[in-house]
Amino acid sequence: MTTTTATELAALLDRVRAGREFGPNVYSTLDVLQVLYDRVLRVTPATVDDPDRDRFLLSKGHAVAGYYALLAARGFVPVEWLDDQGGPASRLGDHPDRTLVPGVEIGSGSLGHGLGLGVGTALGLRAQGRTNPRVYVLLGDAELDEGSNHEAVAYAGATGLANLTAIVVDNHSATHGWPGGAASRFTVNGWSAATVDGRDHDALHRALTGHDHHRPHVVVAVVDGGE
Amino acid sequence: MREEFVRTAEEVLADPRSVLVLADISAAAFDPAAARYPDRVVNVGIREQLMVGVAGGLALTGQRPIVHSYAPFLVERAYEQIKLDLGHQGVGAVLVGIGASYDRAASGRTHLGPADVALIDTLDGWTVHVPGHADEVRPLLRAAVCGSGSAYLRLSTRSNATAYPEADGLRVVRDAGPGAPLLVAVGPALDAALDAVADRPVTVAYTHRPRPFDTTGLRALAGSEVILVEPYLAGTSTRVVSEALADRPHRLLALGVGRADLRRYGGPEDHDRWHGLDAAGLRRSIDAFLGPTV
Repeated sequence: MTTTTATELAALLDRVRAGREFGPNVYSTLDVLQVLYDRVLRVTPATVDDPDRDRFLLSKGHAVAGYYALLAARGFVPVEWLDDQGGPASRLGDHPDRTLVPGVEIGSGSLGHGLGLGVGTALGLRAQGRTNPRVYVLLGDAELDEGSNHEAVAYAGATGLANLTAIVVDNHSATHGWPGGAASRFTVNGWSAATVDGRDHDALHRALTGHDHHRPHVVVAVVDGGE
Repeated sequence: MREEFVRTAEEVLADPRSVLVLADISAAAFDPAAARYPDRVVNVGIREQLMVGVAGGLALTGQRPIVHSYAPFLVERAYEQIKLDLGHQGVGAVLVGIGASYDRAASGRTHLGPADVALIDTLDGWTVHVPGHADEVRPLLRAAVCGSGSAYLRLSTRSNATAYPEADGLRVVRDAGPGAPLLVAVGPALDAALDAVADRPVTVAYTHRPRPFDTTGLRALAGSEVILVEPYLAGTSTRVVSEALADRPHRLLALGVGRADLRRYGGPEDHDRWHGLDAAGLRRSIDAFLGPTV
């Protein structure tokens, strides 16, 4: 499997940045995105409409710079699109729009919508008898403040929605924190969980492929700094 | 109408594309359907945000969701999910609300939903059906589920005496001849409106599809005086009628449910009276608008 090199990614990020300063949130999400697109997700530019593809739903839509860079690196969008990101003629907003960007599964930006959409996607695949594709939803620890997530966590756990993986990038940005760790909110509802160093690619890979096919799975990727 | 909805929903579930999404409301009525189609009758518990989010996700995989609860919980509580998880994702669903404006009057403000159609009307591309009789429910629901866009069916315990299954456009129920004032009644508001103008030369047209509003029919029927009688928030369709008749001098009276929280219980008939939507109340408003009969 081809991988995206750090140098290649940095160059693509620079094209998105165009001299602007990125917040730490961009960098905290980069490693997990890289591992997902390089080593986990079974989706390519040729299969973006294949009903049996894996789904990646970026729920924290503001973590978009690294997402666009990865989509460009993997050939989902032309690299040139990065140069005028957010411009009047650009298809790449500061939050992604699935109808404008190939490979983007959901339009996001308002926090707390991705996991519910992910649960529905997982249910739809199950109703169609598609047991192979998996649904991955990436959230932030501050995004977990939104109560809609907890509706989805409780329901997915109670019904054993086994084709769903939530990824929480935990950079300790939730204003009131998650005492006991973000993962405990999931495990108490019957999810399996792995909490790993969000910079360690091998650990991320093990966690992201560590589901047991009987219940939903959460990966908490702990990263210091960022939002 | 709820019974007709349950029967018809079971029918359309025979299509493997259909999925019913519930948040406990009416769940027991769908137990037989859930036993038959366990993967396509989804009850998420008392979680309305998830109910609509799940519908969006299902639609993204190509399923056709039917989403059901009381109007205020379905449309108001989960409004952002309707806006983003359906509209912004570019996918559709069929929402079926019960309770209407004040079917559950004794339950108080929490269970009243007079603003539902106005809220849906802030969104692009929605079809709104307001059946006025149980026999209108089945064809409307079947057509909505067979479509691909988003539709809201507003069911009520209130009913007209006669069903008019063909009333997507304005259907003339009483013709007072050329130049007569036009009264447009939506859904279950028809019978009281007919009573109210029984002794006046007013043409009465009925529709159970206020969105998209039949503006062509309106332009064909309207003279210089138009009266709207809607069983939800007063003025909800003022905008579309005014735009449709913008090139003509006309006067418009828009009657419907008032904005105030009355903090009163009783039954739906009491609220009709308090909002001036019973025949006597409508007659008072219409007399004031048109002037004394000669």
